[in-house]
Amino acid sequence: MSLRLQSVSKISNGETHIYPTNLELQKGTMNVLLGPTSSGKTSLMRLMAGLDRPDTGKIFWDGADVTKKRVQDRDIAMVYQQFVNYPSMTVYDNIASPLKIQKKSSSEIDAKVKEMAELLQLTSVIDRKPNEISGGQQQRCAMARALAKDVGLVLMDEPLANLDYKLREELRFEIPRLFEASGSIFVYATTEPEEALLLGGNTATLWNGQVTQYGPAMDVYRDPLDETTARVYSDPPMNFVSVRKDGAGVHFPDGQLTRLNEDLASLSDGEYRAGFRAHHLEMSDNQSGSIEFEAELVVTELTGSDTYIHVDVMDERWIGLMPGLQTFEVGQALKICLDPQNFFYFDKDRKLVASPNRKPEESGI
Amino acid sequence: MSAELRADKRPVARSRRRVRVGPVVMAVYLVFLLVPIYWLIIMSFKSNSEILSSFTLFPDNFTLKNYRTILEDPSWYMGYVNSFIFVSLNMVISLLVALPAAYAFSRYRFFGDNHLFFWLLTNRMAPPAVFALPFFQLYSSVSLFDTHIAVALAHCLFNVPLAVWILEGFMRGVPREIDETAFIDGYSFPRFFTRIFIPMIAPGIGVTAFFCFMFSWVELLLSRTLTSVDAKPITAIMTRTVSASGLDWGVLAAAGVLTIIPGAIVIYFVRNHIAKGFALGRV
Repeated sequence: MSLRLQSVSKISNGETHIYPTNLELQKGTMNVLLGPTSSGKTSLMRLMAGLDRPDTGKIFWDGADVTKKRVQDRDIAMVYQQFVNYPSMTVYDNIASPLKIQKKSSSEIDAKVKEMAELLQLTSVIDRKPNEISGGQQQRCAMARALAKDVGLVLMDEPLANLDYKLREELRFEIPRLFEASGSIFVYATTEPEEALLLGGNTATLWNGQVTQYGPAMDVYRDPLDETTARVYSDPPMNFVSVRKDGAGVHFPDGQLTRLNEDLASLSDGEYRAGFRAHHLEMSDNQSGSIEFEAELVVTELTGSDTYIHVDVMDERWIGLMPGLQTFEVGQALKICLDPQNFFYFDKDRKLVASPNRKPEESGI
Repeated sequence: MSAELRADKRPVARSRRRVRVGPVVMAVYLVFLLVPIYWLIIMSFKSNSEILSSFTLFPDNFTLKNYRTILEDPSWYMGYVNSFIFVSLNMVISLLVALPAAYAFSRYRFFGDNHLFFWLLTNRMAPPAVFALPFFQLYSSVSLFDTHIAVALAHCLFNVPLAVWILEGFMRGVPREIDETAFIDGYSFPRFFTRIFIPMIAPGIGVTAFFCFMFSWVELLLSRTLTSVDAKPITAIMTRTVSASGLDWGVLAAAGVLTIIPGAIVIYFVRNHIAKGFALGRV
C-alpha cells in the first residue's frame, strides 16, 4: 500500500489552492500535514480522498492510477474537524454503517463495532444518538467509524481542533495507539508544530498551497530546508535577524561582532538571515560566547508555567520563551542574550545553509 | 442617591404595567380570531329556522341533522373524497419533483443556478386565475378534464416552486461533510439520499407537505374550473348550494367545520417547524 501524488494541483475560481505537488506516502506510516490556516491542508486531503479532482497530475494507489476513481470505490476513511456523524442513527449504527455497506455478516459487524467502541471508550453510550453525547465522544464516534472500515488510507483533518484542551490531550495520546493498531497510512492535518512532533512519523510542511518539505518529523524540525518551513515548524514562529558574514565573523545590525567556531568558518562571506527558536532567547548572560542585545519589551503572555515575551530588537520583533512567571513592565528595557550556537543560517534565497546540527559542507555550500 | 432610586424603580413599574396589559390584549385578539369560527360551529348545530329567526349565542335546539345530511349524501361527501385525492396526489408529486431539485440547488453550482432558483418563485407571482383558461383548454383537448390528476398537476405549478424553496433551505442546513462522509463510507447516492439525508430533513419534508396541502386544499378557482362532476372538490360544492328553498345555512356551516378539521390536524404535526417553513427554511 502506498499513495503517490504526481504533480497534483488544484485551482478553483482562478485561485491556486495547491501548487503542483509530488508526495509519496508509504505503507504503515503516520504523515502529518503541518501548516497554518488556509495553507492547503484540507485541499490536499480532499484531493487524496478523491472528494475533489486535481486539475493537473495523477494520484496512484498501490501503483494504480486512481485519479478518476469514485470516492465510494476508494480504500479510504476520513475524519473531519467538525464532528460528522449521522444524526438519525445511534452510535452503534454509525460505526456499523460502512460495514453494512461492505455487506459483512451481522456477527462480524457486531464484533467489529464492539471492538471499536471498546477501543474508543464508547461502550457506555453505544445506544445513544450523536447529539446526546459530548463533543469528545462525537469525535471518537467519527473516528471509530473511520477505523472500523479497515482501510489503507485514513485521513484526519484537524480532528482535535474543535475540542477543549482536556479532551484534546486525551485523544492526542490515543491517536498514535489507534494508528499502531490499524497498520494503515495515516494522514493527519494540524496547525500545531507541537502536535506534529508528538505524533512523530513524517511531517509535510505546507505554506500557501505548497509542500515546502517532507521527511521524518525530527529531521524537518532540526533542519528546516528554508525559512518558510522554519517559520511553520516553530511555535511561536522562529525569530530572525539579518546578519553579514565576513572573515572576521558575523556582524549584527547594531554593530556587534561574534566569531564563528571552526565548523561555520567555511560559510561563504555575504548577507544571511539568522534564525533561532523562542526558547533560545535568554535573559541572563551566564554562558561564554553568547551575545547581548538591548531590547524593549512590547508584550508579555503568561501561559501558567512559562512566559512569552515579545521584544523589539534592532528593527526586528522577537518572541522569547522564559521559564516561570516573569513580571515585566511594558516598554521596559531588557538585556537579552543569544548563543550563536543555536543559530540557523538562511541564504538570500531563503534556503538553509547551516543549522546547529548541520554544517555548511553537508548542505553542499 | 435619589436618581439611583428612581432608576431602580422605573423598570419595576414598567414591567408591572406590561403584565397587566399583555394578557388583556392577547385575550381580545384571541376572541377576535375565534368569533367567526365559534359562529360557524354553533351555526352547524342549529336548524335553518333558528339561524334566520333569532340571535342566539348557543343553539336552542341542538341538532346533528346538518352533519347527517353531508355524511349521507354522496354529492356532499364525495367532495371531501375528491379533495383528498387530488391534494394527496399533488403533495406526492410536488415532493418527488422538488426533493432532487432542491438537493441540486443546495449542493451544486451550475450555470445560471441563481437565476433559475429565483425564476421558480416568479411562477407564484401570477394569480392562479391567469392559468385557468390555458389549463381548461389544454386538459379538455387531452381529455384530462374532470380528473383528479388534472387538478393535482395544475396545483403543482404553484406548489413545486414553493416546495423547492422550502426544502432547499432545510437542506442547506445539513453540512456537506455529511454527504461526503457517506460517500467515503461507501454509500451510493440513492442509498445515501433515502437512508441518511431524508431522515435528516424529515421536518422540512413535513413542513413542505403542509404548505402544499394548505394551497391545494383551499384553492378554489382552478379546481372548480377543471372539474365538473367526478372530481369536484368540496370548496366548489360549497359555493353551489343554493337550492330552490334558498341557502341551506346549517348544512353549509357543517361543511365549513368539516373543511377546517383536516387543516387543523395537519398543522398539529408540523407545529414546531412551521415558522421555519414560512421563512422558506431559512432561519
